[in-house]
Amino acid sequence: MAYDKFDILTSTAVPLPIENVDTDQIIPARFLKATERVGFGDNLFRDWRYNQDNTLKEDFVLNQDKFSGKILVGGKNFGSGSSREHAAWAVYDYGFRCVVSSFFADIFRGNCLNIGVLPVQVSADFLQKIFDATEADPSTELEINLTEQKITLLSTGESESFDINDYKKNNMLNGFDDIDYLLNIKKDIETFAENTPL
Amino acid sequence: MSATKTLFDKVWDSHVVHKIQDGPDVLFIDRHMVHEVTSPVAFLGIKNRNIPVMHPEKTFATADHNTPTINQHLPVADPLSANQLRMLEENANEYGISYWGLGHAKNGIVHVVGPEYGITQPGATIVCGDSHTSTHGAFGAIAFGIGTSEVEMVLATQCIMQPKPKRMRININGKMSKGVTPKDVALFIISQLTTSGATGYFVEYAGEIFRDMSMEGRMTVCNLSIEMGARGGMIAPDEKTFEYVKDREFTPKGADWDKAMSYWETLYTDEDAIFDKELTFDGSLIEPMITYGTNPGMGMGISNDIPMANAVQGGATTYQKSLKYMDFNEGDSMMGKSIDFVFLGSCTNGRIEDFRAFASIVKGRKKAANVTAWLVPGSHKVESAIKEEGILDILTEAGFELREPGCSACLAMNDDKVPAGKLAVSTSNRNFEGRQGPGSRTLLASPLVAAAAAVTGKVTDPRELMVELV
Repeated sequence: MAYDKFDILTSTAVPLPIENVDTDQIIPARFLKATERVGFGDNLFRDWRYNQDNTLKEDFVLNQDKFSGKILVGGKNFGSGSSREHAAWAVYDYGFRCVVSSFFADIFRGNCLNIGVLPVQVSADFLQKIFDATEADPSTELEINLTEQKITLLSTGESESFDINDYKKNNMLNGFDDIDYLLNIKKDIETFAENTPL
Repeated sequence: MSATKTLFDKVWDSHVVHKIQDGPDVLFIDRHMVHEVTSPVAFLGIKNRNIPVMHPEKTFATADHNTPTINQHLPVADPLSANQLRMLEENANEYGISYWGLGHAKNGIVHVVGPEYGITQPGATIVCGDSHTSTHGAFGAIAFGIGTSEVEMVLATQCIMQPKPKRMRININGKMSKGVTPKDVALFIISQLTTSGATGYFVEYAGEIFRDMSMEGRMTVCNLSIEMGARGGMIAPDEKTFEYVKDREFTPKGADWDKAMSYWETLYTDEDAIFDKELTFDGSLIEPMITYGTNPGMGMGISNDIPMANAVQGGATTYQKSLKYMDFNEGDSMMGKSIDFVFLGSCTNGRIEDFRAFASIVKGRKKAANVTAWLVPGSHKVESAIKEEGILDILTEAGFELREPGCSACLAMNDDKVPAGKLAVSTSNRNFEGRQGPGSRTLLASPLVAAAAAVTGKVTDPRELMVELV
């Protein structure tokens, strides 16, 4: 399934300065029971957003009107834990198109890339600058330029470059997906399969 | 010609179909395991593309994540769970995939039944939409968890696109001390590395402590690789491995066995092979472990005190938030803390040796009145062994009941939920906030520590209850 193209994203950001945010927080297991990819945004950070009686936890960042935008900024080791792609779906479905952190868990990062959410890894210093700037002024905008692999804090003009391999970058820029690529080399795969020992 | 290679390199490189310049490798997958939670959207994907499953004979479906652990003969009450289970069965039937659903004699947790029936083999590439797929690395396989988009990729093309991880080796020599189990060894490693210490790496476990472990012990260690961020973990196959694998339903027989063995015997790290990172620990210093926080890296020897915030890696804010959730304080001892629930089970510790260990402590004792205990075998095969070996009698005598197989309270997708605020000693793999039910608090530990807690009603050093056995 092809997904949205990603080139330049300019948006305010939602800061979540907590480390080791795991996928059970991003979307608790009890909300993984859908059989289609719909509605996961409602349960993004469910137990941090809502009390057990379903009233809002007013102090959680997603419940503060002053914070909004298409960029989620999280602390170090964002997305650790389970392989549930539902976590990436929930991030996307809520309206985020980019997650910024100083470090991502592997599987979560891969899942994001596979559905068109761009994970942007920055230095710990730059991450702190983003947290400070957005918390001081929630209207602060970030610009993510995928072609140039650059993230800029527009209020100060400070920027940093980020890594992404050429293959995935091209996929994101064009909305391509891996299965199209794999189906294109199906003959090679079939030949390989005939010669596997197991 | 070829340079020296690590075990990981040997298996990975022999499965690369195609290399992409500045991109991932296209990796051929030998075994694809599928369960009800992470597969429906993937099946929907191939349906929408109108393409078949490329290798249904390499694909194995089992229901485990949200199955009930009592009254499995009755219809599943939760309509959403029932729907997912029905979808898995329909998809398996439509695409010609073997399906071990609820009630099937071979049903159980995907990472328990895979090895039991010989689906798991040395030198294979194994994936599943579940991060604890790393379990199968115990056999010298490259096994790792994948997302649903990747499940769809494997269904469609039997391949996955992955950048090759870096190589790490963790060496531990020495013997396991009294009361120490493979679970403690794994929790010790994670406490040293933190939950992100191995991110980007594939780990090989080497040294005496792992060589001495049973296959089930190795599975427990490899299972927890993901909890330090590693893509997976593996242990070179040896005679123990081959002995375990031999004559299981899906393992090669006759001439095919000999052919497989000639490949499997090449699966070790060459003497001069280079790792990107290498760590060494002294195994004799490891004691029974327990966690006190909200990630598996927040663990310590059971007799220690909870570290002060300024003594741990990472930010103090996150650390204190975690202790606040647990309702613990810096400097607290864990010993003697009153507990409410005990969970024995999961893909980490739901095998027969785990039940034997648990039974060794509770034998001749009684379950504490304040404890609710959920003892959940990893599969029907484990359940049968519990009965055949007389373990069920010991458990029953001590006031415990045995439930039916499944993932159960490890992630609480079924009704096995620890209530808010309650404290559970669990042999599972994650102590994240709310993992075992909204508001639940989890202490990860070995089956021995779980058993000691179950009979005393509080956190107890199992060595105190093992004295008479020496």
